[in-house]
Amino acid sequence: MKDYAMIIDYKYCTGCHACEVTCQNEHNFNENEWGIKLTEHGPTKFESGWVWNYVPVPSKLCDLCVEKTSDGSPVPCVLHCLGQCMQVVPVKELADILPALGEEVAVFIP
Amino acid sequence: MGERIIECSDGRIKMRTCAWSPPGDHPVGCGMYLTVEDGKVVKVEGDPQHPITNGRLCVRCLTLPEYMYNEKRIIHPMYRDPKDRGKDVWEEISWDQALDIIVEKWTAIKDKWGRESIVTFQGTGREPALYHSSLTYAVLGSPNAVFPMSGDSCYGPRCSVADFLLGAGYPEMDYAQFLEGRYDDPQYELPKYIILWGKDPLFSNPDGFFGHSLIDLMKRGSKFITIDPRITWISARSEYALQLRPGTDAALGIGMLQVIINEGLYDSEFVEKWTFGFEELKQRVNEYTLEEIEEITTVAKEDIIAVARIYAQNSPSAIMWGLAVDTNSNGTQVGHTIMSLIAITGNFDIPGGNTLSVPASFMGKWRYECANLLEPEIRKKMIGLERYPGFQAAHVVAHPDLVLDALETGDPYELKMAWFFGSNMLANTSNAQPKRWYEALRKMEFNVGQDLFMTPTAMALYDVFLPVATFAEHEGVVLPHFGRNTHMVSAMNKCVDVGECKSDLEICFWIGKRLNPDAWPWETIADFFTQQIQPVMGITFEDLQDEGWHMNAFEYRKYEKGLLRPDGAQGFNTPTGLIELESSLYEDWGEDPLPYFAENILTPFSRPDLAEEFPLIMTTGGRETTSFHSEHRQIKSLRRLMPDPLVQINPETAIQYGISNGDWVAIENPFGRAIEKALITEIIKPGIIHAQHGWWYPEQDGEEPNLFGVWKSTINSLIPHKAIGKLGFGSPYKNVMCKIYKVDSLDS
Ligand code: SF4
Ligand code: SF4
Ligand code: SF4
Repeated sequence: MKDYAMIIDYKYCTGCHACEVTCQNEHNFNENEWGIKLTEHGPTKFESGWVWNYVPVPSKLCDLCVEKTSDGSPVPCVLHCLGQCMQVVPVKELADILPALGEEVAVFIP
Repeated sequence: MGERIIECSDGRIKMRTCAWSPPGDHPVGCGMYLTVEDGKVVKVEGDPQHPITNGRLCVRCLTLPEYMYNEKRIIHPMYRDPKDRGKDVWEEISWDQALDIIVEKWTAIKDKWGRESIVTFQGTGREPALYHSSLTYAVLGSPNAVFPMSGDSCYGPRCSVADFLLGAGYPEMDYAQFLEGRYDDPQYELPKYIILWGKDPLFSNPDGFFGHSLIDLMKRGSKFITIDPRITWISARSEYALQLRPGTDAALGIGMLQVIINEGLYDSEFVEKWTFGFEELKQRVNEYTLEEIEEITTVAKEDIIAVARIYAQNSPSAIMWGLAVDTNSNGTQVGHTIMSLIAITGNFDIPGGNTLSVPASFMGKWRYECANLLEPEIRKKMIGLERYPGFQAAHVVAHPDLVLDALETGDPYELKMAWFFGSNMLANTSNAQPKRWYEALRKMEFNVGQDLFMTPTAMALYDVFLPVATFAEHEGVVLPHFGRNTHMVSAMNKCVDVGECKSDLEICFWIGKRLNPDAWPWETIADFFTQQIQPVMGITFEDLQDEGWHMNAFEYRKYEKGLLRPDGAQGFNTPTGLIELESSLYEDWGEDPLPYFAENILTPFSRPDLAEEFPLIMTTGGRETTSFHSEHRQIKSLRRLMPDPLVQINPETAIQYGISNGDWVAIENPFGRAIEKALITEIIKPGIIHAQHGWWYPEQDGEEPNLFGVWKSTINSLIPHKAIGKLGFGSPYKNVMCKIYKVDSLDS
């Protein structure tokens, strides 16, 4: 298993596609291969109100940029994310980080 | 602050710069480093040190190299015989030849028809928006610089209303944009509520406001209210989402004012001390009942009351007023109600409210001085000056609708030469009735244009094509709010050259040096910028390049400190020295001094005779992250995210017309027709549709008659010409009646 995980605080994900495009640029993947891809729920109206959520899902191609960032440089998708709602963190620290983020949060170990 | 230039160990260099279209968007100035290898930009990285954007970048800047090195980009000056307009028969020429042709034609035309026969067009808020009118007045010597959007329906109306009623520049929400410590600065307070009124800034980054600042504020606890016919991503997270009928905003504003005034929720001390005409306003807003307003706007009375109370009782709160204020022939009154709401609740220029500024600082001063260089006799000939004096009171430009009239009729005089500044006006934001503009402009003696790609407008009209540099290829400054409330100035630093492309300003420089060197005394571009920024900021352009950006000093409550008036007195720079809830200017210009609601001219209510055939209302202009108006349609990575023009239709309406998701749909009214692809969605109410704008198809045949397919999806063809307000502002781009029906293809 990977040592790192990606957290998406998706209540702030606006579906801007910056993560998808950055990741493609960084890795020169084929046109139809993505390190991360957006999913969308809604927009639709529940009785309790509107639901309009995006959650980007990293694919198997995502290596969490572990090598790339070993020199301390930022993870490209995390840097550019317009919602500032992405983090790449050690799996071991998840339990400490998650409580502060509240609801509508996803964790991926791609 | 980071280094301006970083030498990497692998021999590449990283250069810091800030962005402004071309390409991208309005003057936001997002900070970034561009990695240069062998003279080419190979990588784009956000600059985490940038105080507003902190490294965030949207997909338009992330794909910058694809734009810069696109195979379709025009990178040499070109000439085409005017008789071949519309044909792809260009001849590559040198810059010297291009300038010679322009000078020769300009001389011949001004000698024969007068300088006033020259007209220049700017497009959206790209960089040349700062320079085009100065070149027109000071160098070409013509009074006819124009933004051809009917009723000048973008930004100009809001700025003018702010100027008339407050004597100030554009009142932008306080998002700590002026403060070194940003949101943590001790002076700052968070807006408790943010009302987004006809505005969806996340992807439009309007006028230099970085849209995702809203997410910063959301995370810190600001709550939202949206006033928009559509549900937006923010509406889905708002306490209230008022889905009003498009174009009825003034009625809603009147209703909210009525609630706040009648319930005594206003800031009586502020009203007493700093406003003029409160009693008259009170009387006016009580001429409507909330029941009537509910009927006009389709917003429930209870919701109007609730939102009015929330706004008045939660100081500080801010209103962001959007383009929907401008694209409305009743828009002057919409702006009036919004300015009045902010004023009577005491939310102007307080932390977390709406900031004020002196208009026309920075470039503004120079631009006005350039207008003064016009010969007085010529200046009087500015088209529209007599008919719409109020229109030109706060921004000196010719009137767009009357320019089309002049082009078509020769009245008041013939126009013979046109110059296009980065404006793909046949496809785009600009102009209602694009085919009329096209027919009129193809008859000109001479047309010159500057742009980056062969657009439909260039293919149809230009004789000389001047290739323009992207922000990565020239020196420049980014000026949020175009100098009308500018929180910081950033440097565009030249990183590379592409072909023979030059910046809009460099081109203006060359022409200026040849035609009127006295008005153009600077040796270099850097000298020019130093002269512009030094008096205000005390630094040179080179300093700015090294610093990267420079935040402007700011003080809250400027009206108390004598900082809004040239005479240094307290108060506001209006005839009464106060915020004018009742305007002391409007009557002279034939306008009611108090706000009122009026139907736009092409709605089922103003034209019941047409309502049966055209039962739907079309709204337009919503933005996507994948393009800046018509810019970026040829960028493959972006186009695959948004391959087709979309028209949003409510499921109920779609069933009624037998339309399924993904069907091609014709949208039609008595003025025009456009074809877009159906996106069935609940975010829009039954009976209303939203159609995307700015579509053309760079992959299609560019020659006439196809012109890259520009006529296929031109929603502006449905917008009537000169359906504008009494002051000359506001055209119904976001509310005209129409019908829809399924068709087989884009070519039907
Ligand atoms: S962490 Fe790296 S590989 Fe994974 S999605 Fe982000 S940029 Fe792509
Ligand atoms: S970059 Fe961030 S905000 Fe944008 S789609 Fe990806 S996760 Fe969402
Ligand atoms: S908001 Fe504008 S300047 Fe910023 S990254 Fe996007 S296009 Fe570029």
